[in-house]
Amino acid sequence: MDATRRHWLLGSLGFAAWTEIASAWQEAQSATTYKTLTPADAAEIDALAATILPSDDTPGAREAGVIFFIDRALTTFDSDKRDAYREGMLAVQRTRASIFPDSASIAALTPEQQMELMRAIEKTEFFELLRTHVMLGFLGPPSYGGNRDQVGWKLIGFEHRMAFTPPFGFYDAAAMKEDGK
Amino acid sequence: MSSVTYRPSDAVDFLIIGAGASGGVVAKELSIAGFSVVVLEQGPYLHENDYRHDEIKYTYLPGLTNDPKVQPITYRKNENEPAKPLKAIEYGRQVGGGSVHFTANYWRFHESDFRERSTFGDVPGSTLADWPITYQDLEPYYTKAEYDLGISGLAGANPFEAPRSKPYPLPPMPVKSSGVLFERATRKLGLHPFPAPVAILSRQYGDRPACTHCGFCESFGCEMRSKSSTLVSVIPIAEKTGRCEIRPNSYVRKIELDSNGRVAGAVYFDAQRREILQRAKTVVLCANGVESAKLLLISKSSRFPNGLANSSGLVGRNLMWDTGTLAQGLFEHPLNEYKGIQVTRVIHDYYQADPKRGFYGGAGIDARFDFYPASFALFGLPPDAPKWGSEYKKMLAEYFTHSMSLLAHDSSLAMERNTVTLDPDLRDAWGLPGVRITFDYHPDDVANLKWVLARQIEILEAAGAKKLWAQPWDAFSPSRHLMGTCRMGNDPKTSVVNRYSRAHNVPNLFIVDGSNFVTAGRQQPTATIQALAYRAADHMTGAAKRGELS
Repeated sequence: MDATRRHWLLGSLGFAAWTEIASAWQEAQSATTYKTLTPADAAEIDALAATILPSDDTPGAREAGVIFFIDRALTTFDSDKRDAYREGMLAVQRTRASIFPDSASIAALTPEQQMELMRAIEKTEFFELLRTHVMLGFLGPPSYGGNRDQVGWKLIGFEHRMAFTPPFGFYDAAAMKEDGK
Repeated sequence: MSSVTYRPSDAVDFLIIGAGASGGVVAKELSIAGFSVVVLEQGPYLHENDYRHDEIKYTYLPGLTNDPKVQPITYRKNENEPAKPLKAIEYGRQVGGGSVHFTANYWRFHESDFRERSTFGDVPGSTLADWPITYQDLEPYYTKAEYDLGISGLAGANPFEAPRSKPYPLPPMPVKSSGVLFERATRKLGLHPFPAPVAILSRQYGDRPACTHCGFCESFGCEMRSKSSTLVSVIPIAEKTGRCEIRPNSYVRKIELDSNGRVAGAVYFDAQRREILQRAKTVVLCANGVESAKLLLISKSSRFPNGLANSSGLVGRNLMWDTGTLAQGLFEHPLNEYKGIQVTRVIHDYYQADPKRGFYGGAGIDARFDFYPASFALFGLPPDAPKWGSEYKKMLAEYFTHSMSLLAHDSSLAMERNTVTLDPDLRDAWGLPGVRITFDYHPDDVANLKWVLARQIEILEAAGAKKLWAQPWDAFSPSRHLMGTCRMGNDPKTSVVNRYSRAHNVPNLFIVDGSNFVTAGRQQPTATIQALAYRAADHMTGAAKRGELS
């Protein structure tokens, strides 16, 4: 990118807008408390989110702060989904209690038990909603409170930039070379 | 911003309803011809500084499109089943309309598109008809649109394209890995790939800079002004004349008819929901193939008890759908398809309907990638892939950068039973009737969708995909190409507007958008919508100068 273009890019958004975005981003990314969820509910939802995207040899829902994204979603643009969460979690808890009668919570289950619970609920509407939120929180813009340190983007190989220069991938690079450009 | 303000009580020469792909063009043409113009737009007036690379705002939430929470829509397959709330149709809802957030594919129709009833014959159960105009009638206006807006492409590269009077004003965009793989595979199969014509600037054009390949075209507004929406191309020219006022947040509830059977203006809700009557000598309805029909159906009077300009009973009928199948493939090396515009190569080999196939239909096929990170995680993996867990994560990490799609753009037959009607049970946030969509495929559409999907699979195989998969042919997705509901024709009994997009029954009312389409072509309707708009504006200018409109 030449200097003129870079200047133009910065100029187009305006310095005020950039600082505003940066501070909103920082605030969202550093949340450690909940606005809508109770800490107890949050721990249970977090256990489900971490089963959908586990922390294994790469970061998962926990490292991305997905639970803080979900709390923020239910506080703001998806506040009308609170009932769906309340009812959905009640149903999941009933399923847990029937499969594991001696258990006290989802968070206290072993990872294997959590996976078994997930298989029991993966056809439900609530699973679809939860999975949607987990993916938005893992791979959506960090300004919404998830995707912390861009761990989701790094995992899938997405680089967020305002400008790229071709070639973009292996095959167009090879074709360019063949064409002698 | 507009430099002129008109008083609603003073009749302007032209009142345009809708500032989208067609409304923006008509506004520019009429205002530079010297007429006073007011444009009423439902949505806000946004600019490049308002846009973000925000996948949640523009794909999960209706950041730039109609919001069914305030403008409810219901859908049913046929009139025997109950209509259920569903965002079955989607349109751009801001100044610039759909031209702001579209993928920017910019195909001209072929010569054959205008004469398929004559060349293919009758298709029982459909209302397949010839257009009242030919490709040659529209050619000068396609060219004008390409030069006014800024289109990139390579003339002559598509052996099936209709004759053109001028090349594209800008060279094609750089080819992506999907385009390279597609080009090799289709050539191997004896087909004819060509660079996608797109409404995106490959070079600086006027005061607008070249595309920076950020990858956020489809569903997003362009922060660079490099996507050639009407918002950044023709609307600023209209405003500069000092004769055109764009009025955003202005939602029309009725077109007014006077006692002589001529329209006198339109009543709209302003941002504070006050009702205002803007008077006009001529009304040009450019609200899109669903909203235009809706407004006509709402605008009833003793002269037009079934809706304005609806003596034929065809307003809202013959709705054609945004059809096409998606097939995907995984490759050995990274493609990084998220970078750059969505589409760089296309074929039109299967475009023309061929009776030998045993059904009516055809398609264009493009190589593309129009997923963003979260939407890929939700919808981009093969149907048999796990939906969660460590294996799922591993697949995401590989597939996002190593896969591409082929999207087909299929024909959609017009049928009178596919309709836009007013939902009797639903009201929007302003108290207007909600839209009810009734749509189901013609059997030939189904046969065509399946046949074309098999062609897509062949191409992916020839491209060397190490795994390939397809979405089911009948996977429901909302229609963004809204066509057919105010059909163009010579006979007032079988069409709503004449060959110049002028209402048959109301001399000073024009309807100019996708609703005019007699056939759906092979989707990608924007170029044809805009060519029709240039042509209609030419006719309006002539009619006004002859004194027919005052």
